Amino acid sequence: MIEVEDLRKEFVVRRGRLRRERHVVHAVDGISFHVDRGELLGYLGPNGAGKSTTIKMLTGILVPTAGRISVAGLEPSRKRIELARRIGAMFGQRIQLWWDLPLRDSFDLLRHIYRIPADRHRVNLARFRDVLELDPFLDTPVRQLSLGQRIRGELTAAMLHSPELLFLDEPTIGLDVVAKQRVRDFLVEINREDGVTVMLTTHDLGDIERLCNRLLVIDHGTLIWDGGIPELKERYGGERTLVIDLEEPAPPLEVEGAVVERVDGPRQWLRFRGSASELTARVARAARLVDLQVAEPDIEEIVRRIYASPEKVSDTNGV
Amino acid sequence: MRLDWEIAKRGWRRYAAYPWATVAGAFTNTIFGFLLAYILLAVYRSRTDVGGFDAADAVTYVWLSQSMIMTVYIFSWWELAWRIRDGSITTDLLRPLNPQRYWLAFDLGRAPYHFLFRGLPPFVLGALVFELRYPSPLDALAFVLSLTLAVVVSFGFRFIYNSVAFWLLDFRGVVTLATTVVVFFSGMAIPLRFMPTALRDLCYALPFGSVIQTPVDIWLGKREGAALLGVLALQLFWAVALLAIGQLVLRRATRKVVVQGG
Repeated sequence: MIEVEDLRKEFVVRRGRLRRERHVVHAVDGISFHVDRGELLGYLGPNGAGKSTTIKMLTGILVPTAGRISVAGLEPSRKRIELARRIGAMFGQRIQLWWDLPLRDSFDLLRHIYRIPADRHRVNLARFRDVLELDPFLDTPVRQLSLGQRIRGELTAAMLHSPELLFLDEPTIGLDVVAKQRVRDFLVEINREDGVTVMLTTHDLGDIERLCNRLLVIDHGTLIWDGGIPELKERYGGERTLVIDLEEPAPPLEVEGAVVERVDGPRQWLRFRGSASELTARVARAARLVDLQVAEPDIEEIVRRIYASPEKVSDTNGV
Repeated sequence: MRLDWEIAKRGWRRYAAYPWATVAGAFTNTIFGFLLAYILLAVYRSRTDVGGFDAADAVTYVWLSQSMIMTVYIFSWWELAWRIRDGSITTDLLRPLNPQRYWLAFDLGRAPYHFLFRGLPPFVLGALVFELRYPSPLDALAFVLSLTLAVVVSFGFRFIYNSVAFWLLDFRGVVTLATTVVVFFSGMAIPLRFMPTALRDLCYALPFGSVIQTPVDIWLGKREGAALLGVLALQLFWAVALLAIGQLVLRRATRKVVVQGG
């Protein structure tokens, strides 16, 4: 579905007024990956890492400086209009719907813009109305919709023309828990049932953890991870935390194979690698335990570690 | 064609969604209509003819031009410029549709709404208070055609100056400048016929004369036969030329965005 080979994008930034200084920014600096039809892929990276630049190149609104891209068999920047009919895109912070008009009008207009056959449009819309529960606000002008309602409208707008590939940029940003869940369920459904390939850009690691079977992480324009989430956890999540409650407050325990990270009254946090039961046994010998639990690092913590790790993992690319 | 019609319908509805803005605007146009009509009538107290306009022509010009302000959208239009500036234009580029075609269709849906609800009420009021001139059936028909062309010419120009936002972060100066130019050279500020001959001829030749003065001239029966066909042809020429220039500008702008980023 998507083939990217040694993709690069450089921007020239000019600084200063008199002596214009040219300064080249490598927004995307040689990334390669391959996405199969039907994947649900997370694309993650800190602000300014090159995420949006990549998405813009994949959708054809930005021409790469170097490298090769093929999306649905087309070269995006050359076949932008043709590609536009086959892909859908939704940017959580951009409004694609017609602001002053009832939601229904946007859907109607999109039918004509994308030349969607009337019966298919009817079927699609009926389904999205049902799944995303659009009916209560279908006749409300978009400007009066709540954020959650608008996002559901935007998702429908991106999907009405039955795209094979969907780009989503922060689809759940600013949504409450219920609305978030509804959007996630919807994405899983279209991915599983319709085989729509989804590429999801997000800062919300909950989205990634619940939705994606594969994760790309980009930082400073290069891919630093391409692979599954369990593998990521295994590699970066090697350290776990044992939280223990002692009978009474005590100084940090000195136990082999663990480092006390934090002490709060009788409770202590021990960072460790390896077997939890062995450590527990050692701890039990050193102090009187009341309670304990093992905390797995969440993906947020892992990603923080990847961003922070100096050597990065360029050798794990090409998975 | 069907697509253009569907877009045009939304252009109408978008403005129809704010009826109180329409009422307030029509009220303003009416006040200015009275103001300008009395000023011009004061001029005509000392003479009977200025550049081929008598007092009734002049007062008719006032009410017609007030009614046409929003129909041709002569004052600052920045909807496109804002979309460019806030980056929404990239979502437009993600659609299988040429943005200029979209905005033209949208504008051609907007114009009839403004004609009926911003233009007609002040004109009817003016007609009740003042003695106005009315066109022959043929001229009325030609006026409708000419006004339609005026909308396209005006749109063509607005599309171009809005596209400046692709290059300039702060486009407001350009929009203000463009508005001043079109208000002055179109005959919106004063009838072109009141101007010195050389300036007047220049204004008629530029696209701006086609926006206000030409439809007014036709309504007043100042253009007949070959002259009528001539000014309509000139309007058509400018409509096509400005759309073509706009398309070129858009293509360059798209290339710039696409190559250099937004």
